[in-house]
Amino acid sequence: MGYKLPGTPLKRAEFEKAFKVEDKPEAKYAWAAGQALSRFLEELKNGRIVGRRCRNCGKILIPPRMYCEHCFRPTGEWVYVRPVGRIVTAVVSYIAATRERLEKPEVIGIVEFEDAPGSGIFHRLNIDPELVISRKAFGMRVKAVWKPPKEREGSINDILYFEPVGEGEG
Amino acid sequence: MKTNIYVKRRVAVVGAGLTLFRRRMLETPKELAWEAAKMALDWAGLELDDVDAVVIGSAPDAFDGVHMKGEYLADGSGGWGRPTMRVYVGGGTGVFTPIAGWWHVASGLFDVVLVVAEEKMSPAQPHPQFVFKHIWDPILERPLNPNLIWIFAMEMHRYMYKYNVRKEDIALVSVKNKRNALDHPAAQLAAKITVEDVLNSEVLVYPVQRLDISPVTDGAAALVMVSEKVARRITDSPVWVEGVGWALDSTQWTNRELAYPKYVEVAARMAYRMAGINNPRKEIDVAEVYDPFDYKELHHMEGLMLARKGEAPILTREGVTERDGDLPVNPSGGLLGVGNPIAAAGLMKVAEIFWQLRGEAGGRQVKKPAYTGLAQAWGDLMQAGTVIVMRAG
Repeated sequence: MGYKLPGTPLKRAEFEKAFKVEDKPEAKYAWAAGQALSRFLEELKNGRIVGRRCRNCGKILIPPRMYCEHCFRPTGEWVYVRPVGRIVTAVVSYIAATRERLEKPEVIGIVEFEDAPGSGIFHRLNIDPELVISRKAFGMRVKAVWKPPKEREGSINDILYFEPVGEGEG
Repeated sequence: MKTNIYVKRRVAVVGAGLTLFRRRMLETPKELAWEAAKMALDWAGLELDDVDAVVIGSAPDAFDGVHMKGEYLADGSGGWGRPTMRVYVGGGTGVFTPIAGWWHVASGLFDVVLVVAEEKMSPAQPHPQFVFKHIWDPILERPLNPNLIWIFAMEMHRYMYKYNVRKEDIALVSVKNKRNALDHPAAQLAAKITVEDVLNSEVLVYPVQRLDISPVTDGAAALVMVSEKVARRITDSPVWVEGVGWALDSTQWTNRELAYPKYVEVAARMAYRMAGINNPRKEIDVAEVYDPFDYKELHHMEGLMLARKGEAPILTREGVTERDGDLPVNPSGGLLGVGNPIAAAGLMKVAEIFWQLRGEAGGRQVKKPAYTGLAQAWGDLMQAGTVIVMRAG
């Protein structure tokens, strides 16, 4: 392949000067949360985590689904689980969703619920970033810390973050 | 899952085309598609009149900022006035597009199919990062204001934890691929860098650093896929598509073991069965493995059963995956070196295997004789696996 490929690269400055047409789409959405997640969000407002148990395989699904995708059957019942689990993976974000540097890094990870093996959610973790980098955070036992009841609105953000379970705590 | 692996009609790749891969291109998506499509037809020695059907691949419409991208790209892809369709499985699209091309021909419906993949990421302002927000679940994930890199960092760290992988070994992938890209005429980020450069680059979301990631890219790629009858007539060196496989996992990624891409294994097993491959590690001579992040090359090698679980970093450290190694991986330079115009990047990998198996890869030609090659891509919420196995004729 000793030939030149087609295409005209533009440097950033050239792109700024190039003939362009700009548009900002006004796309606004409102999503109905559905059968399963509406109840999940409602229970978050109550300070509880709820899952759906599949009567066929016995698995508790969190986030809850009205169907078990493994068995492809309706899940049968709602089950409360303790808001306690273990960190399966964790990372330290130094950038915002929009790519700017954050002043204070944010720790995020997946927490697998103790009462529902195989079912986890991802959320913020209130732990020292060094514990993530040293991988000591893996397997750490954590619990949900909730917003005050009056401030809850039926959102995943009703959980502020997960933080380590203290010694002697449930 | 049952698959008929005894498909009787053979399908050959007889031509490939590429544009430059760059951060910003003057050309419109249609113009990029046209350049790659024309080059592929020229390579095959065919004209648009010879083409029976067209398959177009492109990732989310939101990158180009144009809806109905299949229809939009059709005229630049030779798609008007003939059966034309667009396929999409996220980042897996680039390898899924020739899989769709394969079944167009293998089914007996068509003899000559033009396969075109295009992506322009530069229109998204100020950065395509914003567009990626829309892949997250709207109810439970977007309210946490996620950055796309979070999900990869979570997977990478889980992989590192589970198999005790060092960042130094992962960085070797970036070093290798960017160096390989020095010989690629389309390359955007070819460079001689060191492991230290990777480890000293900006930490974005630990453990992901700047040089662990492929760039934002505009570009297009194309292939011509034909029936055996046509292949015998027009070329002495067809490259046969011997196996194809694809699989999805659930979007419930927080309920899965992220250290191993099971869906890639499912896709690979399907392709290997079709190609009669029992021991991929021994039988695959060259592989183009999807590498939007350096750890992904290792993760995917294991899913493809080219390495045992946790073994890919060791093979990399030992030089096995270098261009002159026993199992060259990403001799093109991959997404890390050549660039990542999503769908076009996956198809670039298939084009690389085509050139490698024909002995036409020039400075990138692998040292060992290459008869059997593989290309793989992956996409969506770590859930789509697409695999194609090809053999020299």
